[in-house]
Amino acid sequence: MNRVTFKTDLCKGCGLCVLACPKKIVALEETLLNAKGYHPAGVKEMDKCLGCAMCATMCPDLVITVEKNV
Amino acid sequence: MIVFEKPHALTDVPFHYCPGCTHGIVHRLVAEVLDELGVEGTTVGVAPVGCSVFAYNYFNCDMIEAPHGRAPAVATGVKRSNPDLTVFTYQGDGDLAAIGTAETVHVGARGENITIIFINNAIYGMTGGQMAPTTLLGQVTTTSPYGRDKQLQGNPIRVCEMMATLDGTAYAERVAVDCVQNVRKAKAAIKKAFTLQQEKKGLSIVEVLSTCPTNWGLSPEKALDWLRENMMPHYPLGVYKDITKEEQN
Amino acid sequence: MSEKLLMKGNEALAEAAIRAGCKLFFGYPITPQTELAEYMAKQLPKREGMCLQAESEVAAINMIYGAASTGKRCITSTSSPGVSLMSEGISYIIGSDVPCVLVNVQRGGPGLGGIQPAQSDYNQAIRGLGHGDQHVIVLAPNSVQEMASLTGEAFDLADIYRMPCMILADGALGQMMEPVDFGAHTPREIPEKTWATNGHKNARKHNVVNSLYIAPEELEKTVLDRFERYAEIEEKEVKYDTYLTEDAEIVVVAYGITARIAKTAVRMAREQGIKAGLFRPITLWPFPSKELKALAGTTKAFLSVEMNMGQMQSDVKLAIDCAKPVTHFGRTGGMIPTPDEILIHIKKAVGGDN
Repeated sequence: MNRVTFKTDLCKGCGLCVLACPKKIVALEETLLNAKGYHPAGVKEMDKCLGCAMCATMCPDLVITVEKNV
Repeated sequence: MIVFEKPHALTDVPFHYCPGCTHGIVHRLVAEVLDELGVEGTTVGVAPVGCSVFAYNYFNCDMIEAPHGRAPAVATGVKRSNPDLTVFTYQGDGDLAAIGTAETVHVGARGENITIIFINNAIYGMTGGQMAPTTLLGQVTTTSPYGRDKQLQGNPIRVCEMMATLDGTAYAERVAVDCVQNVRKAKAAIKKAFTLQQEKKGLSIVEVLSTCPTNWGLSPEKALDWLRENMMPHYPLGVYKDITKEEQN
Repeated sequence: MSEKLLMKGNEALAEAAIRAGCKLFFGYPITPQTELAEYMAKQLPKREGMCLQAESEVAAINMIYGAASTGKRCITSTSSPGVSLMSEGISYIIGSDVPCVLVNVQRGGPGLGGIQPAQSDYNQAIRGLGHGDQHVIVLAPNSVQEMASLTGEAFDLADIYRMPCMILADGALGQMMEPVDFGAHTPREIPEKTWATNGHKNARKHNVVNSLYIAPEELEKTVLDRFERYAEIEEKEVKYDTYLTEDAEIVVVAYGITARIAKTAVRMAREQGIKAGLFRPITLWPFPSKELKALAGTTKAFLSVEMNMGQMQSDVKLAIDCAKPVTHFGRTGGMIPTPDEILIHIKKAVGGDN
């Protein structure tokens, strides 16, 4: 299964990853606030992840690491 | 298998940049290129005053903090005294096209074998949103509060086009990082720039259209839209000089 | 007897720099120091060196900052207005603890001024080379021989204390020719430059050369560390010369080319029964305050003679806590004082007592 992991405390809630995801599975947390006081990005339906890393490509803060089972 | 992670050439220090500021993307691209070329150990980066003045905290290669506008001269000193080092500057538009114009033009005229990463976000970020030489006509900033006026404050400068006229410039390309496709192209441009430096072809400069959500007063997403609708028409993306192409035909 | 060459001051200084292992020159043309740059342009390419004329003194000093940050010895030379242009860069070099050698072949000022010799940049060199709490070691040669021998020392001092070292000369010293012996300098032990930004080669953590400290505690600490080094320099590196000061009732204080003119005036005074002496600071910073204070016990008065309106004069007063009168005589704008003029003021300074 492809996987994206988020270093949530580095996230500034800018949302660029949300825009970039072709499957529209990246979203900002509704309630959770990270150490910086932002709503961090995350993925709920990890099974739909393509491992394409488009979210990570647009992330300005190196929050996202992408794994793909090849 | 990990297909995307932080490049080695970046430290673990979190960026201080504002949410959605594309400086962070460009930092990563430069670091990825340093990794791919395997030159982190023989690279010296020069970052002058501006939002990116703290780049010495973020890059794992040796770094020098330069006075405002003087990074190309500092980089010249580094490179001329150590020709085997890979040397890059990472400059904002106020730094490169206002106070540092002479230094910028002359590294082009001399064909210094250094790479300039030039972040054009049409504003002075660090000092809180003042007009830059690349501020667009009509654009409101804290020092052009009624919109930049041609008669009063002159016209925005197109740097790549200017640098392309200098014989010592080997490579000049303007890119953007507003979408995944353009981020990938930007990386290719940065890689080509560093490669030409290694081949001692002369000066390479990559101008990156970049956002400043905070000082533009826009959300990160709207800032990208603003960049596409306003900056790209005035600053067309593309290659303005490529010495390797001229060598072919 | 090692070989003596008849050379122009500017060129002797350049040759001494090359012999001190400095193979890098970045500069900009400005009278009366341009022969130094021209000499470097001719010599360095033949001696594995690199000479580059920058687009301005602002660019030149920043090229020095870059080259010096990689641990290489490098030098720039300019004249008065050029030093003003370089001042921000010099402050960055000081604030980043980077060693280099600066040369100011002074000319008349202010503004475009003139091209004749002067010493009117003393205050700039001692107190105002750049913004912030800082000092730079300032050496004042008074002959073509010293233009060469002090250069070797300047590079050692800069490297040992990790800071710029300035040679404060003037148009006369730069342009005149005298015999010079290059064998004189024995290099001192230099600490390894582990701080240099010359590529970590995957063998160490990255080095950062920087003067920005947003946290005030950090910035203060770097300044305090530097001032500890300054105290050590003031303790160990003072250099001066004296002539007939042991029984002197009037001590003339002069440096550089002016000290040679003053020496003639002191001899003329002695011939007329006046007990005059000459005290010549060679390091203008660190200033020989202790030595001057010692003289204040025996002598009646001091006369500072400079090619300016009185700048070192205040440091002489400070050194002796105004224990004795310190008058000044000087020409400026490129005018050079004569022995007769100085003698008149020696007599005034001595006569002024009774």
